Amino acid sequence: MGKRYWNDYQKAIARDHFFYERSCIRQTFFPGSEAAFINILRNDLGLDIYDSSHQHTCTGIGYHSDVVPFETTMTIVARLFSLMKENGYENYVPSCVTSFGVFTEILEKWEEDPALLEQARELLYKATGRTFEIPKNIAHPSDIIFSYRNELKEKMKYQLVNRFTGKPLRVVEHIGCHYAKIFPKHGVGNAEFPYVLAGMIEAWGGEVVDYPERRHCCGFGFRQYLVQENRGYSVSNSRKKFESMEPYEPDFIVCNCPGCSMFLDKWQYTIAEMEHKTYDKEGYGIPVLTYEEMAGLLLGYDPWVLGLQLHQVQCESLLNKIGIEYNPNEKYRGYDGKILPLPGKPSVLKV
Amino acid sequence: MSKIAIIGAGAAGIETAAVLAKQHDVMLFEKETAPLCNIRNKALLFPDFTSADELADKMIQKLEHPRISLYCGSNITDLQKVQSGWQLTDAAGNRYDSDYVVLATGYEVFDAHKKEELGYGIYPGIITSIDLEKMIREGKITNAIGEAPKSVTFLQCVGSRDEKSGNHYCSKVCCVTAVKQAIEVRKMLPNTTAYVFYMDLRMWGQGFEEMYRTAQEQYGVNFVRGRISEAASTYDQRVQLKAEDTLMGLPLNMNTDLLVLMVGMCASEGTARLAQATGIAGDYHFAQSVSEHLQDNLTKQEGLFLAGACKRPMSIQDTIQDARAAAVTILEQIS
Repeated sequence: MGKRYWNDYQKAIARDHFFYERSCIRQTFFPGSEAAFINILRNDLGLDIYDSSHQHTCTGIGYHSDVVPFETTMTIVARLFSLMKENGYENYVPSCVTSFGVFTEILEKWEEDPALLEQARELLYKATGRTFEIPKNIAHPSDIIFSYRNELKEKMKYQLVNRFTGKPLRVVEHIGCHYAKIFPKHGVGNAEFPYVLAGMIEAWGGEVVDYPERRHCCGFGFRQYLVQENRGYSVSNSRKKFESMEPYEPDFIVCNCPGCSMFLDKWQYTIAEMEHKTYDKEGYGIPVLTYEEMAGLLLGYDPWVLGLQLHQVQCESLLNKIGIEYNPNEKYRGYDGKILPLPGKPSVLKV
Repeated sequence: MSKIAIIGAGAAGIETAAVLAKQHDVMLFEKETAPLCNIRNKALLFPDFTSADELADKMIQKLEHPRISLYCGSNITDLQKVQSGWQLTDAAGNRYDSDYVVLATGYEVFDAHKKEELGYGIYPGIITSIDLEKMIREGKITNAIGEAPKSVTFLQCVGSRDEKSGNHYCSKVCCVTAVKQAIEVRKMLPNTTAYVFYMDLRMWGQGFEEMYRTAQEQYGVNFVRGRISEAASTYDQRVQLKAEDTLMGLPLNMNTDLLVLMVGMCASEGTARLAQATGIAGDYHFAQSVSEHLQDNLTKQEGLFLAGACKRPMSIQDTIQDARAAAVTILEQIS
């Protein structure tokens, strides 16, 4: 892989005192990731991050599906900013890449058209009596983990190295479209080859897989999956990526977008059922992690607390490669101490 | 008799020097170790496949004149108006005085690394038109694994007519250069397929349109109207392209063995710096003349003249014509 001209392109990323906004869907799909992010910042890095119990959707999915009008989205965003203001924070951190895209888009529109900003202030005040301030800094959580990647490396118990071969793990990184494709200036490393996940992988001992369909959409595109008849298009997008990455034999995939993580994980089951095809040699599929899960695993967090058992493609093969300790008997134990109902087994994909 | 300094010993600088030396003393400064680098890195020239070396040799002969002093390896970094004329300073700190100055600092090609989506410098098998010209000069065109490519694909307008790179202007010579190079590829490798992706083909010069027809009819070059949006390396070291065929109205995915990026002309670093220093900087860091119609070799600074591609993209033919016009303009001013 040759040198990247924009690799050195950096954006402003606040270093402390964050207001965290959770994702609508991440806690369902990857329930341990957001908690892991908060724990990493608070416990491993000693930073201040506020997790408000009054937060709500950013409307991103509805906005991009044309069911929520712009004025509504703008007002909802303004209310989230008002929550940040009333709690005394200035650095906004939206968990979801689509939320990040919505916020950066609205801030851009407010900058270009101040009348829209005034309209947002008026709508929010009339509806709720609240006021807000524009954040000093907006960063995606992956930006923050990226900016602390070297500090975190010092605390990590494991590296992205195959303990059997001593070679770096081959990692496919997939960046959510709304991270830098809307506004390249808001992405670490710009739009073509964002460096935010690649920087983590390289810092933590892994090797980034550069495959031809690296920048292709995962298939999450809202209109592709919200309409059931269009879901074949969604699957075909993911399949295109899997076919392209397969010859490079990646050890796992890491994403910074909830939709990408979900579809690249779950469509492997669908494709296996439809075509009896898996994309690893052993038939287990390619594990898909969020960047918080990747960081958490290397820091020594329990894989089952991170929620890896709730992924479609199971991760034991990856844990074994890295040498991460885990107790298979605890895999499906709930917080109440009882063993959860065991999931059904796919007919093709091994678990 | 006046003393005239010419900055840049390319086609423009040499031609201007050759005309002026008939009556005046000329100092010709070249930052490289030899003149005519931009011609020397080409093999054959459009539209008649003239040998670049032959042209360069003939131009070099023009320098064999007692009134021309050639200073190679002398990078003029500063240019100041003084009471008696102009003072030039090179990177080593040497100073030269002259009555008049001709800026003939020319162009440099667009840095294709900036278009990361096209993979130059990132993936093997992706080269620029300058790299291909070097291969043609050496008589061997190879792909990423050192073999003769089965297909070669050209992409026009890399770093010109391009919003993303900030260069909105047409570079003027890339269209015909791609046609010329596609013909050369087909001549050297008759079993190789050639594709040219274009927005529109601007065959503005004499013989250009005929050359374009010859490329299609005689050499079977395939012209596809559309832009390549992305290039990446495949597992077997080929180049995967994503494009849109705008005549068919369809997206297009294809693999090729060699992708050639037709890099546009930008103001050279010397042009940009000296134009800025003397207050004659124009659009895109080129030097600005007083009027493109009647005073295209004059600047708003008395005694400072322009010749060639320091003003805008120009073919070699046009550069030589413009250089002679610059010389005539200076002679008129002196008289």
